[in-house]
Amino acid sequence: MFGDGILKGLAETARNFFGSYRSKNRLTTIQYPEERLPQIEAARSFPFLVYDGADWQQGMRCVACQICEKECPPKCILIKKSADKKPDATGKLQAYPAVFDIDISVCMSCQICVEVCPFDAIKMDVDYDLPTADRFAGLLLDKQKLSKSNQYYHQIHPTEAAAVDAALAAERAAAAAKAKAAADAAAAKAAAPAPAPQVQPAGGEPR
Amino acid sequence: MTQTLDQIFVIAKAWLLGYLPVAARPLASAVLCVIAIVITFPLLFAITTWLERKGLGRIQNRLGPNRTGPFGLFQPIADAIKSLTKEDIVPLTADHAVHFLAPLLLVAAAFLAYAVLPVGRNMVLVNLNAGVLFFFAVGSVVELSVFMAGWSSRSKYSLLGAMRAIAQMISYEVPLVLATVAVIMQAGSLSTVDIVNQQATYTHTLPHWFVFTPWGFVGFVLFMIAATAESNRSPFDLPEGESEIIAGYYIEYSGFKFALFFLGEYLGMFATSGMAITLFLGGWAAPFSFLTWIPSYVWFFLKLLALIGFFIWIRGTLPRLRMDQLMNLAWEFVLPMALLNMLVAGVWHFMPHGLLRWLVCTAIVAIPCILLAAGLKRKKKFQVRTYQFAE
Repeated sequence: MFGDGILKGLAETARNFFGSYRSKNRLTTIQYPEERLPQIEAARSFPFLVYDGADWQQGMRCVACQICEKECPPKCILIKKSADKKPDATGKLQAYPAVFDIDISVCMSCQICVEVCPFDAIKMDVDYDLPTADRFAGLLLDKQKLSKSNQYYHQIHPTEAAAVDAALAAERAAAAAKAKAAADAAAAKAAAPAPAPQVQPAGGEPR
Repeated sequence: MTQTLDQIFVIAKAWLLGYLPVAARPLASAVLCVIAIVITFPLLFAITTWLERKGLGRIQNRLGPNRTGPFGLFQPIADAIKSLTKEDIVPLTADHAVHFLAPLLLVAAAFLAYAVLPVGRNMVLVNLNAGVLFFFAVGSVVELSVFMAGWSSRSKYSLLGAMRAIAQMISYEVPLVLATVAVIMQAGSLSTVDIVNQQATYTHTLPHWFVFTPWGFVGFVLFMIAATAESNRSPFDLPEGESEIIAGYYIEYSGFKFALFFLGEYLGMFATSGMAITLFLGGWAAPFSFLTWIPSYVWFFLKLLALIGFFIWIRGTLPRLRMDQLMNLAWEFVLPMALLNMLVAGVWHFMPHGLLRWLVCTAIVAIPCILLAAGLKRKKKFQVRTYQFAE
């Protein structure tokens, strides 16, 4: 029949019109500032610095090796290495970044800094709600703004953070075991009576 | 009481005019009516933009505007503030005078059309004895202003849009007027007031609207098709097809001039809808004789809102036509049907009352309609396009 397509179409749109009042499932739009979609775990926005413990300055994992600064494709990271050394979370003396700035107006969220960091110090944040009235200073994040706790890291990327923690713990355990073995050896060496010095023939085989 | 309520605006005007000297009264009366029109219909425009965005949103399973005020009701105010405070950019190479005049002319022409539209009993600005003629004469000024806008902007998109608009508007103006001719033949008058008065009578409880006759129904459908095309609304919105030529003839306009184009377009739509109501849907007459206690202007605006709602519904349903489809529809279907409808109106007038008249008139309309529709359908033979290089 002539015109039945139009009538069918009108019926369909009318069904949508009234249906949207009857069932909420039809309204798929998320009303953004009030409602937000749950974030997927692999979401990422901009990098942040992880610190262990409670104090962000003391617990900072970053040792200012500057690999990320060199690798960063858009060159948005600025690091100035400290002159002195401070004990880190495990008590070991480490260098630390005197200045660590990331310009997130330049950052392209490529995650290369995260890939290259040997200390698991820099990770990707998920916070995308970063509008500011000042597009220069407001988007240049300094060390303090970048520092976020390990608990926060666990919150936003639980699987990844657990893996990182396990790796770090294993590393530290290995280091501790090695140190202990070395210490034991030294202690044993000190305890044992000094053996008579063996005379080595001149020109002995090199080891 | 119902009489007073029905005539309350007429009484109020007479009361206001009573304070003026007799010599000043005709002018003051006209000015008062003009003020009423200039306030009412832009207000209706504001409501319609909100209704349209809400309605289209719901059709697409969205909420529509909901940020400004309750249910987004203040959206038109926000839009007005936005367009008023925007920079008014005129292209460097544009013809400045014509570029400035085009939106003004469009709005002025759209407002002029309301002069002959009876919005209620005794509520018409001027009862011209050639009212319908005046309406269509003023309506064709819109084409002039559209081409002024397209030509003066010095932009290819503007010009393309204007050319499409002219082709479309002229093609559809013919069936628009021809569909009206049937009503004029039957009513024997070009005065809009007379035409409404003839429809405002009842047999038992049923009204004598022209839409309830075979020629009236066909005329109404044809008139609405042509009116949709005349007001550049979807599915006939080729002159401003967003996906093709962005905004068509008013692409080079910004700020308040752009808003004026929008206003003019919607005012034109209301005017043609009002004319359709006047010609076919009994104007301000109530649909049943026992409902005549509701004031006449309420009925007029209810009918107008219903037609606007239908326009929105159509816009939410149909995709845009292609240019050749548009022209084929105008010249191969709407125009022959409109011509045939005039014949039917004559047959209806001269045949004796009864069932036979209905049967004959319906047959004269229905059979060619089906044949013409089949003709429109049969022509669609498309070949698979083959390309020499791009494959």
